[in-house]
Amino acid sequence: MCGIAGIIYRNGGGEQHVGRDMTLMLQAMKHRGPDSTGYALYRPAADSYVMHVKLAEANGRRDFDFDERLRRQRRDVEARVLELGARLHTIEPATEHAMTMTFDHDGDLKRLADYVEDLRGVEVLSLGRSLEIVKDLGDAKTVAADYKLDEFMGTHGIGHARMATESDVDIANAHPYWAYPFPDVAVVHNGQLTNYHLWRRRLERAGHRFQSECDSEIIAVYLAERMAQGDSLEDSMRRSLEELDGVFTYICVTEDALGMAKDELGAKPLVLYESDDIVALASEEIAIRKVVDREIETYDPYESEVMVWTR
Amino acid sequence: MDPVAAGESAAEPEVLLDPRGLVELDGTVPKVSEIDGDSAVFDAHNLSTRKINGELRWLIYEQGVKNVVVKNPSARHSLGVGILARCRITFEGSLGYFACGLIDGAEVHITGRVGWSAAENMMSGVVVIDSNAGSLAGAALRGGDLVVKGQVGARTGIDQKGGTILVLGTAGSMTGFMMQRGHQIICGDVGPGLGDSMYDGTIYVGGKVRSLGIDCVPGEWTDADTEFVQRKFRIYGLGSPPDLQKFVCGKKLYNYDNLEPSERKLVL
Repeated sequence: MCGIAGIIYRNGGGEQHVGRDMTLMLQAMKHRGPDSTGYALYRPAADSYVMHVKLAEANGRRDFDFDERLRRQRRDVEARVLELGARLHTIEPATEHAMTMTFDHDGDLKRLADYVEDLRGVEVLSLGRSLEIVKDLGDAKTVAADYKLDEFMGTHGIGHARMATESDVDIANAHPYWAYPFPDVAVVHNGQLTNYHLWRRRLERAGHRFQSECDSEIIAVYLAERMAQGDSLEDSMRRSLEELDGVFTYICVTEDALGMAKDELGAKPLVLYESDDIVALASEEIAIRKVVDREIETYDPYESEVMVWTR
Repeated sequence: MDPVAAGESAAEPEVLLDPRGLVELDGTVPKVSEIDGDSAVFDAHNLSTRKINGELRWLIYEQGVKNVVVKNPSARHSLGVGILARCRITFEGSLGYFACGLIDGAEVHITGRVGWSAAENMMSGVVVIDSNAGSLAGAALRGGDLVVKGQVGARTGIDQKGGTILVLGTAGSMTGFMMQRGHQIICGDVGPGLGDSMYDGTIYVGGKVRSLGIDCVPGEWTDADTEFVQRKFRIYGLGSPPDLQKFVCGKKLYNYDNLEPSERKLVL
């Protein structure tokens, strides 16, 4: 089932409680998916890069040298980032199995991400100047508390409450997906894709890497591939309606835009609210009402619709 | 309005749920309504779904109330479900999914919008929605009238077995999918696959039809159609109806009376 949500503030300034608002929206849709919760939040572009790294699975095997292994992972990730010439500023643990690094880097980001992910069990959840992806097991309240998201001030963001249907319950299979290697693009998805294996083979042959077995990851990689070919976000999304099969509604965000796409059957819900200050969209209106607490005019986009809003 | 301030004021009362997180355990009726003769009004803002429905039932079944006004339903799901009595209910605001499903006899007015599956399986009664409805409005409708003054989503009146769905705005794809009986009046445009696999019933469309579904064909307009449409518009005070096209089942998918090819061979 899954619940998806997106919010973009139009009143600018960059100082909005996007973390807290997204938590309220996702918590209101907890019944749509209690397995894991994920956020992709944006702030005005910082000078340095922020990288969220997963060191091990949250529900992985806890043997007696688990702690030692995590320590080693942390050391190795740090060493590899430094080795490629990045100037490391901060390194902070988020939970015991994830950490956040900030650094400056002039070289190739894809190379850096690949090199870090080459470590067994390590996954780069997000890497960019303004995007931060956080995903973990549990409901929105739990994840927001662990990663201190209520304090996150930013411009826009998307979120996902997952009910696992196509793949395992773990962090690797949780949304949002980062459109690797585009630094600031992320996707959340509600639905199932039926031509997953076809597209996975095609995209793997084109040199893309997949981190999970989740069908939704295809959308992020697909959009990354289209944009690498020079398509705009909106064109890529329109094309995805032709080329991806299945039932889906997904939300895609970039540094300055937020877009939604709905399949040609309109099989998955999305409710939309637009005002001068804010655009909020969610699987259920009840989520939007957590951030706009009054009677509002909302509507459902129709089948095969693609809409993009810019900040 | 400042959305930040709204976020702060949107505090929810903690609701105790069963271990699966699906059922509200506390079923006590709050009894917070102001009752005046056979009318009552209550504010649902701080009540959970089960409390609101419990309050409605208590008023209608036990207090003999005929006229209920519910303030601030706040787009909650499954409100006004399973009301089996003649009464009037007004929701001042929007409802979520499964609004007023399985009702028999109630006349409901919703001043906002509704989510998916509004008035699902209504047996008789009236549901009037002032704004938009999501997909599956009037799914498996058996009787009564569902009036949506805004737009509706996809698969409106899927599996409809009676009653009337009247939509003043546009409708999405597969409207009247597998419809078996009853009427739909859609004043605006409709999406692709109108009346796909319908068995029977009638769909009137005022706007453009993106495409017809399998075995849905234009029907012949009769005086009975004019009378029916005008009567429905008159009842709900909607003025004079627009020019409508009529669509019915082509009955080409009716193969029940035909023999299977293997059986035919035997007969011959």
